Amino acid sequence: MGSVIAPVRDHLIEGSKTYHDITEDICRPTETMPKTMWLVALLLSVTVLTVGIIAILYTIWVGIGTWNLNRTIGWGWDITNFVWWIGIGHAGTLISAILLLFRQKWRTGVNRAAEAMTIFAVMCAGLFPLIHMGRIWLGFFIFPYPNTRGPLWVNFNSPLLWDVFAISTYLTVSLLFWYTGLVPDFATIRDRSKGIRKTIYNFLSFGWTGSAKHWQRWEALSLILAGLATPLVLSVHTIVSFDFATSVIPGWHTTIFPPYFVAGAVFSGFAMVLTLMLIVRKVLNLEDYITLNHVESMNKIIVLTGSIVGVAYLTELFISWYSGYVYEQSAFYNRAVGIYWWSYFGMMFCNVISPQMFWSKKLRRNVTFTFFMSIIINIGMWFERFVIIATTLARDYLPSSWSYYVPSLTEIGIYVGTFGLFFTLFLLFTRVAPVIAIAEVKAILKTSGDQYIKANAENIAAKAKAEAVEETAH
Amino acid sequence: MSDTKEVLFGLYDDEQDLLKAVEAANNKGLDIMDVYTPFPVHGLDHVMGLSESRLHQAGFVYGMLGTLTAFGFMTWVFTRDWPIIFGGKPYFSAPSFIPITFELTVLFAAIGMVVTFYVVSGLGPGITNRYLHPRITDDKFCVAFETAGKSDDELTGIRNFFGTTGASEVHQKEV
Repeated sequence: MGSVIAPVRDHLIEGSKTYHDITEDICRPTETMPKTMWLVALLLSVTVLTVGIIAILYTIWVGIGTWNLNRTIGWGWDITNFVWWIGIGHAGTLISAILLLFRQKWRTGVNRAAEAMTIFAVMCAGLFPLIHMGRIWLGFFIFPYPNTRGPLWVNFNSPLLWDVFAISTYLTVSLLFWYTGLVPDFATIRDRSKGIRKTIYNFLSFGWTGSAKHWQRWEALSLILAGLATPLVLSVHTIVSFDFATSVIPGWHTTIFPPYFVAGAVFSGFAMVLTLMLIVRKVLNLEDYITLNHVESMNKIIVLTGSIVGVAYLTELFISWYSGYVYEQSAFYNRAVGIYWWSYFGMMFCNVISPQMFWSKKLRRNVTFTFFMSIIINIGMWFERFVIIATTLARDYLPSSWSYYVPSLTEIGIYVGTFGLFFTLFLLFTRVAPVIAIAEVKAILKTSGDQYIKANAENIAAKAKAEAVEETAH
Repeated sequence: MSDTKEVLFGLYDDEQDLLKAVEAANNKGLDIMDVYTPFPVHGLDHVMGLSESRLHQAGFVYGMLGTLTAFGFMTWVFTRDWPIIFGGKPYFSAPSFIPITFELTVLFAAIGMVVTFYVVSGLGPGITNRYLHPRITDDKFCVAFETAGKSDDELTGIRNFFGTTGASEVHQKEV
């Protein structure tokens, strides 16, 4: 607990909270009956999820032929959605790991929910390659296990296999990181509850007591996991981009892909965190913990990563022209003004032009505008993946096999279904677990609570005044 | 839990009071059994004289294990067990082993450390540790002493210590 508080820092906790207030406020949603709105939302999500399940079962039953993929366009909405969800799944680890290493205190207000979002988004993402295998019941072939075919091993040189390792590692490490953070908070709920709830939370809290040695180890563990998760999160989208970059398709075969994909992933991930958190803070009355200062910090990251993505788009265009390589030039010409010009335009508008509005402080702190923008950005980032995948494949080497791709109803059904999965899991999460890291918020109360910041600013002002008086007296 | 012990503990309302109390206890030569807090209090491990956690060393070992497993296994598969030429590259194409080697390093280190953390701390699914006071996970900071082997004078000394250091509550409990 630092006694020194920088007076320039904005407060991150409002309403002059005490430690007990924090416990009460954050535990309340898990202890009260859900509102009708929540039930309606859950019902809607489950319905949408059912649509997705039907579409998936139909695909598995009939075969991949139910999708509108063809000889030229072998990857369509499936891989677009996969990359899109994986990208969204990057914000949680970025917030909890990279911002922990950088000692950004505003992380504590949003990290729990962002990590949950990450895990659910990665689950949605993982679904697509699994279904895309065609024979999902042979999915275990991707693991290098001693089999009866030789054993014939998987191809360790293939980026698609690297993806398997990257994404399963990412999901596992994110889960461990998230759950280790949850254990002390589950103990908090345990100690407040009775009956069956106590039994459940007693199990979930793993026997946590709050011993000083445990906290010390817990902090060491969090820090090292953050240190490990930081290169991990960068590696995941790097490897996803290798799926394209190591191929020999003009428009994919570019070295710029890894940083460009990572920046895009952070960009879309933060947009999704904002979409969710702006609803959560309102519905669960957590505006004191997820303040406008948090929203503004996230919007700053959005404008930064959005600009990086913009630079990447322009670099791509420039390099294709400057390379003097006609196939590359033609790929980019088709991408920008070809048959899918509308998706390129959508991508440029949503990802590069619209986030520039966040240079204005007023707009960065405007909740309605931020919410609107967060959705625009997610649409834009979906377009980016669609542009890269579908428009590149639609114009391949032989003009005779050029074609146009529109998703089938089944493909749309699966995509919509993943929203059902995502929101069902997230809605359940907000009822059973504290959506804000209770212990971590308490740990920054003395340095970021508004009452302390204010008192400190007054102290400093008074001191400065006293010194000034002393100066004149001399 | 078969071995119960009698514990005398005081609850403080603020972490600054707690830090002062722990320091005072050290100066008086009182042997603190443990300190319990609702969140990680910075500087507490230092005041209590806890040695630094060696989890990161364990993590390094697990990570190295992952590195060797991944790299060694892929090398064995592609040079010994079933050599196949991919894209005209040599059997032992180390650069393309890097991504999986990295992922397994992280995976082994993370799983290893998390398991080690729970095992050495005596925590885990299905484990119920008795706790001293329900508000320790809320807003109270607790300093606990074992009563076993202490004379009445010593216990009175501890109670006085709680009084002088500003504990808001003092309890005696068997855990």
